[in-house]
Amino acid sequence: MIPLNLADGAPPALHGVTEAPPTLDWWLLAPFLVLFGAGVLAVLFEAFWPKGSRRTLQIALAATALLVTFVLLVLQVEAVGDGTTVGNGVLAVDRTVLFFQGTITVLALVSLMLIAERRDGRDAFSAQAATVPGSEEERTHILAGSQHTEVYPLVLFAVLGMLMFPASNDFLVMFIALEVMSLPLYLLCGLARRRRLFSQEAAVKYFLLGAFSSAFFLFGIAMVYGYAGSVNFGVIRGAVESGGAEIFQGGNGEPLLLMGVGLVAIGLLFKVGAVPFHNWKPDVYQGAPTPITALMASCTLVAAFGALLRVFFVPFGTSAAIWEPMLWTVAILTMVVAAIVAVTQRDIKRLLAYSSVVHAGFILTAVVAGSVEGLAGAMFYLAAYGFTTLGAFAVVTLVRTRDGGQELGDLDKWAGLGRRSPGLALALSLFLLAFAGIPLTSGFIGKFAVFEAAVSAGATPLVVVGVLSSAVTAYFYVRIIVVMFFRDSEGEGPTVARAGVLTGGVITVGVAATLALGIFPGPVLDHLVPSGEPGQEPTAVMVDQVTEDPVDE
Amino acid sequence: MIPWLTLAIALPAIGAAVIWALPRVTPPAGASGAPASAAARAEAGSGTATATKVRPATGGAAQGDPALLAKRLALGFSVATLLLVAVMALNFDTSGAGGLQFEEVYPWIPYFGVHFAVGVDGIALVLILMSVVLVPLVVLAAWNEHADREDGGRGYFALVLALEAMMIGVFAATDVFLFYVFFEAMLIPVYFMIGRYGRGAERAKAAVKFLLYSLAGGLIMLVAVIGVYVIGGTFLWSELTAPGSALAAVDPATARWLFLGFFIAFAIKAPMWPVHTWLPSAAGSSSPGTAVLLVGVLDKVGTYGMLRFCLELFPAAVSWFVWPVVALSLVSIVYGAVLAIGQSDMMRLIAYTSVSHFGFITLGIFALTQQGQAGAALYMVNHGFATGALFLVVGFLIARRGSARIEDYGGVQKVAPKLAGVFLVAGLAGLALPGLAPFVSEFLVFVGVYAFNPVPAVIAAVGVVLAALYILWMYQRTMTGPTPEKLSALPDLSARETWAVAPLIALIIAFGVYPQPLLNVINPAVERTVEAEADTEVAVADGDAEGEEE
Repeated sequence: MIPLNLADGAPPALHGVTEAPPTLDWWLLAPFLVLFGAGVLAVLFEAFWPKGSRRTLQIALAATALLVTFVLLVLQVEAVGDGTTVGNGVLAVDRTVLFFQGTITVLALVSLMLIAERRDGRDAFSAQAATVPGSEEERTHILAGSQHTEVYPLVLFAVLGMLMFPASNDFLVMFIALEVMSLPLYLLCGLARRRRLFSQEAAVKYFLLGAFSSAFFLFGIAMVYGYAGSVNFGVIRGAVESGGAEIFQGGNGEPLLLMGVGLVAIGLLFKVGAVPFHNWKPDVYQGAPTPITALMASCTLVAAFGALLRVFFVPFGTSAAIWEPMLWTVAILTMVVAAIVAVTQRDIKRLLAYSSVVHAGFILTAVVAGSVEGLAGAMFYLAAYGFTTLGAFAVVTLVRTRDGGQELGDLDKWAGLGRRSPGLALALSLFLLAFAGIPLTSGFIGKFAVFEAAVSAGATPLVVVGVLSSAVTAYFYVRIIVVMFFRDSEGEGPTVARAGVLTGGVITVGVAATLALGIFPGPVLDHLVPSGEPGQEPTAVMVDQVTEDPVDE
Repeated sequence: MIPWLTLAIALPAIGAAVIWALPRVTPPAGASGAPASAAARAEAGSGTATATKVRPATGGAAQGDPALLAKRLALGFSVATLLLVAVMALNFDTSGAGGLQFEEVYPWIPYFGVHFAVGVDGIALVLILMSVVLVPLVVLAAWNEHADREDGGRGYFALVLALEAMMIGVFAATDVFLFYVFFEAMLIPVYFMIGRYGRGAERAKAAVKFLLYSLAGGLIMLVAVIGVYVIGGTFLWSELTAPGSALAAVDPATARWLFLGFFIAFAIKAPMWPVHTWLPSAAGSSSPGTAVLLVGVLDKVGTYGMLRFCLELFPAAVSWFVWPVVALSLVSIVYGAVLAIGQSDMMRLIAYTSVSHFGFITLGIFALTQQGQAGAALYMVNHGFATGALFLVVGFLIARRGSARIEDYGGVQKVAPKLAGVFLVAGLAGLALPGLAPFVSEFLVFVGVYAFNPVPAVIAAVGVVLAALYILWMYQRTMTGPTPEKLSALPDLSARETWAVAPLIALIIAFGVYPQPLLNVINPAVERTVEAEADTEVAVADGDAEGEEE
């Protein structure tokens, strides 16, 4: 990046303009390259591979790419030591980043199982997305059994963006990651096989609002660049400590920083769906094909929070006084408003969307803590929540109406599900109890971890608001259980599609992870998330500076 | 060294898992038409609505009936747990200084310093004993209660055993985090026991009300639990209460907030006026067996928690709360009793009497005297037996007549004298008649409270008078007078029902005449609590005096 170089002294030593090609550590970049290569290959397959075996090939390719990526990430854990940066300091690689990336990869793999599931030879995606809903052309495609296997390359690209998002050590790279992650998701949202107009409406809403938030984010980056003279996180951190770039002589640049922090925060808070930037979530979650909703609710949330934690802890870590009041307000609003609005929801997917907003509020309390404990708590929470929410959406894909067999979102019609298929209803109950934070589920340990961090950091009022809104959320989780178990169905009630191997697998993984992380969270907490002294700065475990200059002078 | 408590928690938990894992075979519709065995005929002779659905108890047909197997397993596991705990109790050393015994500490979540730590003092031991005595009786009493459900009540018995494991765990936990885990997790089986296996159309609503009340209290407590950990640096009760711990040095304002966080949760659980409103609806919608465990055991967790956690973790804050809690206790005593008089449903009536009785218990605890607390601890046990017996008898009536409304009964003592007799003894125990166990505890509470301050003792005495009114009036309306036509064929207690209540009646009479064994176990623990309290007050007073000198 080109630093502001107005002062007469020597330019800042870091990242000077260089004509020599940067030395790239291909090994550390390998996970991104594998996904990128697989995505490109998948596009080519889509164009040239014969139709008959294309779907199988696409699934195999996507699964293999994700598996290889995961293995590469695991292999890097020991290698990176205290962490380093790669590609001229634009991407950070440390254990925290690798945890986020590993979690995203595993969750994406599980989501892929849902995406690949077919019932009666049909998956959840429209036969040909380009046709007008209800048109003759559409019917032709359906009758011809057309398949929309573009889903798989799109998912691969989205996951690539998600892996880059929390690893970015440079605001421009972060913006690119944001777009790489979001654009495929906008498309994926519009591909539902049933209720296509609804799905397309969701996609357009998501795209428009997402584009707005990206603009805010970019504008924020410009402000921060103006303030710090760089988009590199390490340099920004240094600049914030010393009161701005040299041009400001250590003084009057603060308005730029304030605007920068605020606008960047809007972009990030939109992605995690915090109030007041949450309005897209219920519509998009409801309209999108449920497997894609599951992908967004788990992987995207992890990626967005990974990035948010990085931005607030690394470049803005020393300006906590600026953003803490803002995040306090947002966290309280998120927990309270979403919990109250969720009570009035009647549709399972909208309800889970609002629930996801409330959970974002809980995780924000850990961000406010601004400590290693908070970071660790948020990491555990995200991983635990990801698996639980995947399981919950997997259950949603199975409950269907009698006529037409589309998914049945209306909760009142779920009556009697506990009698009809007790196993499924019990699994969903477990997920809901985990959302509510009942002990012996992963949700409780996660909640405890983030609240403990917040209390340690002196944010007790925030935690009190958190537990009170928890009590409110418990009401609507419990109500679903009541409907399923304690109420008899009127008429015939819902049908339950027989869980295929893949969906069944997702539910099993969800149940296993929810219980295992709830009863024996020790291994994850001890080995995977960072531990630090109470109140220790998160940068102790997050790379911020370029430890060794990768550029050959 | 035998890990007694872990075994006692594991045994019913395994039982619940085994029952849960039984194959789901629905017996063919004709199975119940097989020739009835002697046992089944005895049941059928009781002429109840459910008796026609009783399945043969013996013979080849029983092999294929998972519901019956589940019941037998539930009874077997609960009796085995009772025996295990009884043997453990015999090994309890009553000569000690009231500290924890049978302690076990294993690391559980090292990241947060959480241990699976269990241990009992005298108070915890008697409460565990009470719980394990009640569970097999509940299983026995509920034998046919859920026979008309599609699973034959199998799920109910699994839930009862799961709940038993958690009840033992919650009384035995000596790690605050572990206590919280049991405290919250035990809501789930009860929630299903009320919502799925309860009575009446309102049961789903009552279950939700119960769960939300308890969860709200629990979540407030969670903040306090986190606060204790952040300040004290550990969850282990023994380290937190050790002299010179970081928690003991916390400033009084924070201690008060933490105390309040725990207290609200326990007051909801107990249930204390004004957060008692979930109890009558929950008990009224419960099956009688559930009500026994709910009121007899679960609510004791609240009063036990006050004694164990509020008082011992935050001794410096206690004096500040004494009068407010005493006032609330007095309101509970009178309010519960008055509302009990006005009830037309026996389940709700007994629930309201419990609100009144729990007022006595909290009054005894917060009188901060040796007799008061010993009386309160004893009261918890005796109330479990007496109220348990009352609920069971009402359950027998419901099984016969399908109603818990007082107006549906009358003159029962002529047709079912044994049932009426048991009802009378249980009722008299409820009003603390001398010679029956609750009298001893109520007397001790009064002595302790009077020593603390005569005024609350006098006000509380109103509750005793009202107790005589609500119990005897209920007895009079249901058991005496002319027998209505519909009740003329009301059968008396069956052998199974007799076995379910006889132990309780025996215990009520035995401990009424000779309560010393229980007091021997309880007293050292109470002395420890009261002394710790007194030490702190002296220390606080010294601190104040020093401050004034400066």
